[in-house]
Amino acid sequence: MDRLLSGPPLTAGTESYGAHQQRFGLLPAAAARSLIGRLEASNLAGRGGAGFPVGRKWRAVAERANRKGVVLANGAEGEPLSLKDRTIMAARPHLVIDGAVLAADAVGADDIIFYVGAEHQAAEAAMRYALTERSADLRGRARLIQAPRGYVAGEESAAVHFVNAGDARPTITPPRPFERGVGGRPTLVQNVESLAAAALVARGDDAGTSLATLSGAVRRTGVMEIGLDATLAEVAASGGGLVRPVQAVLLGGYFGGWVDINDVWALPLAPGSLRARGHAFGCGVLYFLAEETCGVEATARIIGYLASQSARQCGPCLFGLGAIDAACRRLAARSAQPDDLKRIARWSGQLAGRGACKHPDGATGLLRSALGVFADDYAAHQRGFCVHRAPAVGRPVAMAEAVA
Amino acid sequence: MREQLQVDRIRCDGHALCAELLPEVIALDDWGYPIVKAGTIAPALLEHARQAVAACPVLALTLAQRLEG
Ligand SMILES: Cc1cc2nc3c(=O)[nH]c(=O)nc-3n(C[C@H](O)[C@H](O)[C@H](O)COP(=O)(O)O)c2cc1C
Ligand code: SF4
Ligand code: SF4
Repeated sequence: MDRLLSGPPLTAGTESYGAHQQRFGLLPAAAARSLIGRLEASNLAGRGGAGFPVGRKWRAVAERANRKGVVLANGAEGEPLSLKDRTIMAARPHLVIDGAVLAADAVGADDIIFYVGAEHQAAEAAMRYALTERSADLRGRARLIQAPRGYVAGEESAAVHFVNAGDARPTITPPRPFERGVGGRPTLVQNVESLAAAALVARGDDAGTSLATLSGAVRRTGVMEIGLDATLAEVAASGGGLVRPVQAVLLGGYFGGWVDINDVWALPLAPGSLRARGHAFGCGVLYFLAEETCGVEATARIIGYLASQSARQCGPCLFGLGAIDAACRRLAARSAQPDDLKRIARWSGQLAGRGACKHPDGATGLLRSALGVFADDYAAHQRGFCVHRAPAVGRPVAMAEAVA
Repeated sequence: MREQLQVDRIRCDGHALCAELLPEVIALDDWGYPIVKAGTIAPALLEHARQAVAACPVLALTLAQRLEG
């Protein structure tokens, strides 16, 4: 069974087209026709965060594209704790391109756009070089566009808007990109890891692995490929084990949620197993929060970041996240106003579905998980104290720095 | 025909006129932006809903047909 990162070690750098073809053979061109059905059967879920079934999305675009569709490979990776998209683009660009070409053939698209985060320089260089290596068979069908910095630039309508008009702010939907996207044409927006996984399915693999980015109180931080039937305990062990006792895990990144370590430690990370407990693997971020670190403080940092990333177009997102951010900061600093905790609990239930994009949904989902997992800590902070030895109110090491 | 109110969140700038005309369906959050009750509009309120749509100064409010379900 091939996996996303099998082949030479990551330290060996970008895999060339020649080496890629030696491992995989030619692109199974005829596979595109039956691929949608096989993707549906494989239950492959999108790896960009929302976990939407890949096969179903391809079929929706195929039904509308009429040979004039567009494939937008999403390599924006704005999530601060995630490194996996830039890693696969830098190390295995040809697997990503295989997936995008197969997608274009399967849905009927004559334009392939690789939308790569401007700050992911190694990934961009590898993708550009890989595209020149196979320019003969791509025949001008593919192009690379730098995604501007920022969390929201990777949202699908923002990506389409940027390609169309140079503005990376989300637009209201409907129409969704699969109906009317780049140049008004049906557009398949698909995360780069999802495309690489589809290329494995096309070759008869079962897509049973996923990329994850580990950070926090684990010995080996960074990107790792994990079997989806592995438990969190097994994943932590392959990461060299925990370096300190851990109280909670941030599952799925800034748009995911905190989970008490005891509730997930023995749980397989497969989408179904997590969903049954109300959790999601999202984009594969696993951040281990040490017992000594204050969850209220860690959450305030994340909310502060997300509030700063609002595209400032929608009132509930701009003002709602702004107010939540201010209250979370006061709570973290143990200088809360009398009703701060009550107010953030109320606001966290009011913002979902009230932005043009799901930015407020993601931020309030994270906050609600924190209010549950760190309930005692929030109550203590509201009353002006913190039980953590390292409340980290000063300037803590930013989480993203801990990953790098 | 079952109809549903939709807010264009980018256009809406919290004039709050809609909530005055249709308090049964539209509440306001702490910043004056509408929170629309889930579900379709009761027939008795449809006329008020149309008035709210017409009153929105930035054309952010629409009544949309709701498909099955
Ligand atoms: C605020 C926001 C930011 C997002 N950023 C990214 C991103 O950086 N990369 C990505 O692949 N998907 C991102 N997404 C998800 C995309 O909208 C889209 O669902 C995804 O690219 C589809 O690919 P997938 O189905 O393969 O996951 C973001 C979504 C939201 C709401
Ligand atoms: S919800 Fe927020 S991030 Fe999304 S479009 Fe509106 S203002 Fe921008
Ligand atoms: S009247 Fe229009 S602009 Fe004012 S709150 Fe209602 S929808 Fe928004």
